Amino acid sequence: MEQKTHTSRQYEKELQDVKQRLIYLGALTEKAIKEATDALFERDSVRARSVIDGDEVINHLDEEIEKECIRLLALRQPAARDLRFITTAIKINGHLERIADIAVTISRKVLDLNEEPRLKPYIDLPRMAETSRKMIRESLDALVKENESQAKWVLREDEVVDRLNEQIFRELLTFIMEDPRTTHRALLIMQVSKNLERISDHATSIAKNVIYMVTGKNVRHGMFDCGSYDVFGESLEKKDG
Amino acid sequence: MVNIETWDISISAKNVDFYYGTFQALTNVTMDFEKNRVTALIGPSGCGKSTLLRMFNRMNDLIDGARMDGEVLFEGINIYDPKVDPVDVRRRIGMVFQKPNPFPKSIYNNIIYGPRLNGIRNKSDLENLVEKSLKRVSLWNEVKDILGRSAMTLSGGQQQRLCIARALAMKPDVLLMDEPTSALDPISTAKIEELIEELKKNYTIIIVTHNMQQAARVSDYTAFFYLGRLIEYNRTDRLFTTPDVKQTEDYITGRFG
Repeated sequence: MEQKTHTSRQYEKELQDVKQRLIYLGALTEKAIKEATDALFERDSVRARSVIDGDEVINHLDEEIEKECIRLLALRQPAARDLRFITTAIKINGHLERIADIAVTISRKVLDLNEEPRLKPYIDLPRMAETSRKMIRESLDALVKENESQAKWVLREDEVVDRLNEQIFRELLTFIMEDPRTTHRALLIMQVSKNLERISDHATSIAKNVIYMVTGKNVRHGMFDCGSYDVFGESLEKKDG
Repeated sequence: MVNIETWDISISAKNVDFYYGTFQALTNVTMDFEKNRVTALIGPSGCGKSTLLRMFNRMNDLIDGARMDGEVLFEGINIYDPKVDPVDVRRRIGMVFQKPNPFPKSIYNNIIYGPRLNGIRNKSDLENLVEKSLKRVSLWNEVKDILGRSAMTLSGGQQQRLCIARALAMKPDVLLMDEPTSALDPISTAKIEELIEELKKNYTIIIVTHNMQQAARVSDYTAFFYLGRLIEYNRTDRLFTTPDVKQTEDYITGRFG
């Protein structure tokens, strides 16, 4: 559907600006995950440290975006899709910032892991890292294109990441049982896996927020194909009839 | 759209068309207004919202060359039926205008003007009515010692509350408000808005406003008009967060024209 621009061009510019900065924050966050996991796969502690150092920039951008959203709420009193965009932007901003924090957590585990010999070749973990990153990218792309089905794709991918996490957990458990000396490394890898799984949960929340922004339907709790509810908890579908 | 199944309906417009000479100001408007609720009519200038509001107490009867088709039902009775007395309609459906328009008389006489015309003569009845009406609009404490003073000496916000009190003194069922705060400062506006919230317990209120934030703040339902047609009629919270119609969204987000 064609979207008209605002009568006030300044307002239009401010809204676009929030979107641009959110995309930029998303790119930085995605890069942080890539660096953190590559640091593990390539045993490169320098890269892990650069993720930890780079978090400050992300935190700053997070604060800037939030400040701008609050300013727009106060000064422009947005309605309808603009209101949904700004409230969604505030939430997505928070999710991205937390994803970046998780990338820092992963980096710290990687620093510990790189101190010890490699436990095993990584097969599922890179897939998990790649999928989580793709989920972030697609959810933000869905935001830009206001594409509901793209956001729904992200929701489905969450299942994939959950499975991989369980698989990695089981695999590492056998390592521990066979040789308890691997326990420390196995637990660290489990934590990396668990943290990647949390990243995909955040990406899923971003996608759900995008669905709300595009359709006005709240799918935050429960699966995306179940009923939708308005702010009073009343079913929208019944009323639409 | 609104779900009227459970409504206790006050006013209904049925297939209303309205013309000023050859210009069609309203086209096939059908909508119900729920009792004891605030309904806001919004839309760009010339969309027909004020015309519709004025139809509800037959104010358009006074305009030369104006004519209508369709019906306006008030509690089930067509107020445009030749047997219906427009004066009676206006007694039960009061109106407050954009600019405060007190009579150039004392505060006291402004309130009792209508009731006295309607035959209330007893002094203590009238005094009670003055006190009650002014208390209703929270003006009593401000003016109780100066009731004999000209209404024109009051501030704009006080004058508007006086006009509302004057309308209430006629014990109407419905209050029509045509941009009641557009000539007032923010504090007076807030007082009127608070008053609307208070009044809806006893009155059905229909308000025309250009200020969308005001519609969002005070109303339970909002109707969006464009070029004489009702485009969307929805619960206010829904209309301002997730409107059903694209045109409504374009208008309320400022992407119009």
